[in-house]
Amino acid sequence: MKKKQLVISGQFSSLIGLLFLGIVLSFLSSSFLSLSNLMNILNQVSLNGLVAIGMTFVILSGGIDLSVGSILALSGAVLAALLKTGMPDFLSMILALLLGTILGLANGVFISRFNLQPFIVSMAFMTMFRGATFVFTQGRPITGLGDKGIFVAAGRGELYGVPLSGIILLIGFAVTAFVLAKTVYGKGIYAIGGNPEAARLSGLPVKGLRTSVYGISGFFAAMAGIILTSRLDSAQPLAGQGYELDAIAAVVLGGTSLSGGRGFMVGTVIGAFIIGVLNNGLNLLEVSSFYQQIVKGAVILLAVLLDRRK
Amino acid sequence: MKKLLVSALIVIIGAALLIGCGGTGSSSKKIGLAISTLNNPFFVTLKEGAEAKAKELGYELVVTDAQDDPAKQAGQIDDLIQKKVAVILLNPCNSDAAKTMVEKAAKAKIPVISVDRGVNGATVLSHIASDNVAGGVMAGEELLAQVGPGAKVVELQGIPGASATVDRGTGFHKAVDGKLEIVASQPADFNRDKGFTVMQNIIQGNKDIKGVFAHNDEMALGAIQALEAAKLQSVVVIGFDATDDAVAAVKAGKMKATVAQKPALIGSMAVETAVKHLKGEKVEAVIPVPLELVK
Repeated sequence: MKKKQLVISGQFSSLIGLLFLGIVLSFLSSSFLSLSNLMNILNQVSLNGLVAIGMTFVILSGGIDLSVGSILALSGAVLAALLKTGMPDFLSMILALLLGTILGLANGVFISRFNLQPFIVSMAFMTMFRGATFVFTQGRPITGLGDKGIFVAAGRGELYGVPLSGIILLIGFAVTAFVLAKTVYGKGIYAIGGNPEAARLSGLPVKGLRTSVYGISGFFAAMAGIILTSRLDSAQPLAGQGYELDAIAAVVLGGTSLSGGRGFMVGTVIGAFIIGVLNNGLNLLEVSSFYQQIVKGAVILLAVLLDRRK
Repeated sequence: MKKLLVSALIVIIGAALLIGCGGTGSSSKKIGLAISTLNNPFFVTLKEGAEAKAKELGYELVVTDAQDDPAKQAGQIDDLIQKKVAVILLNPCNSDAAKTMVEKAAKAKIPVISVDRGVNGATVLSHIASDNVAGGVMAGEELLAQVGPGAKVVELQGIPGASATVDRGTGFHKAVDGKLEIVASQPADFNRDKGFTVMQNIIQGNKDIKGVFAHNDEMALGAIQALEAAKLQSVVVIGFDATDDAVAAVKAGKMKATVAQKPALIGSMAVETAVKHLKGEKVEAVIPVPLELVK
């Protein structure tokens, strides 16, 4: 119980951080707090947010997934190719999600069956999937995807002025937060991340659980891939590069422990929004892109430092 | 205590919101410049040219750098729209991915001028880029002057179908067709390695060539290595782009000439065009920027 309180207070400090950032920016930039800019932020956060949802599962289980950016690119490219064959958009999107899940599970199988380091395995798959994307796209963007309704809506649609991608993100957050907090499966993830040996002794299917989190991660990466492909109306071979780091940053900013077992999805929501608000705010304030990177790195460093003091 | 803190913060945000809504000042003196990547000296120079012109004309330039990531660029365009800039100068990371960005700007009634790279599938106010056809003509005329009429020459083409390949090739042929004998026109995909192997293959059947025009410097430098290996140093090679390597090769006498784009001029003409439009003047749909021969 004491442990739980600690984690919650970690989330509290990131929430304070987000609010503080919001207040400062709203004083500095007149366009920051406008409704259209808030929707703009929601739209921009959606990609990193979705990837970070999957990453939260992986990190809570004590692992890491560097292959998400490449999975995003490959599923996006396959989606684009399927759409070009004239396949119905809904079916193509389902297949892209399925592909992402399978690619993610490939990580999980190697990590759990052969007991390999998640960092190295997912780095190897990151490279392989990126290479596969280049082979599949021949290094060029896939364009001319047509304007089928559901596909277009995924990245460009709005519902009462709220970007659909943002709504997908919020639903994703809600569902996964529930799964983590209230289901046997969620408790199992915390257990294998906190103490794998104890989890095994208490009869939990450790290998199965560990494999599954990478599948979830792949699923959400593919979801982001669909939205990005729709948003850019094309699949880019270089899509998603560096997304793994933004996602890890969001999870860590949200107070989830990189060593596994401790953290909440709510924290990831806040973390993703801190990064999104920071990006947006620095652009609105016309901070040069070179300085932006320094600021972003410093914020992450500050966040982990504050978290450690408790 | 925590509750107090939270409610205090909410009050502050509320106050900020009010202030924020009050300050909807005019931003018509702001021009957005969305650059594909500032990791490339070409675009850094372009940006500097644009900044100098904006300052001269009394406008504020808001620059973003997408680091060659179209997704990041889409977000930056959204941010520029939020800032209510008067015009967006867009140098797309990718011509196809830029379509949805232009459409979004159009929705917000902000005109877009494409810079250096075009936008596929959406209409922009104006497109400003190097005049590659004129550059091809320049290279062809220089080659003709160097090797004399009737000499046998080779054309190394860029990636088939790329606009630079098509335009530079068109200009080159305009200048030399009927005056020089082009014994081979083969693609080497803008790549130095391929320039080397393609040139090596061509040499096998054509030991008597006098000149080479490559659609970019990388291929030209590859061709020079192949020619040196075959002891054909006297062959005149002309490249395109004036990269640092190529300019050094020109100085060392290994390459005869290279066509230089003028990124600073592209930037400054982009700002000039934007300001022209804001003043209600009509602007051309395509504005070619002149090039120069480095020899």
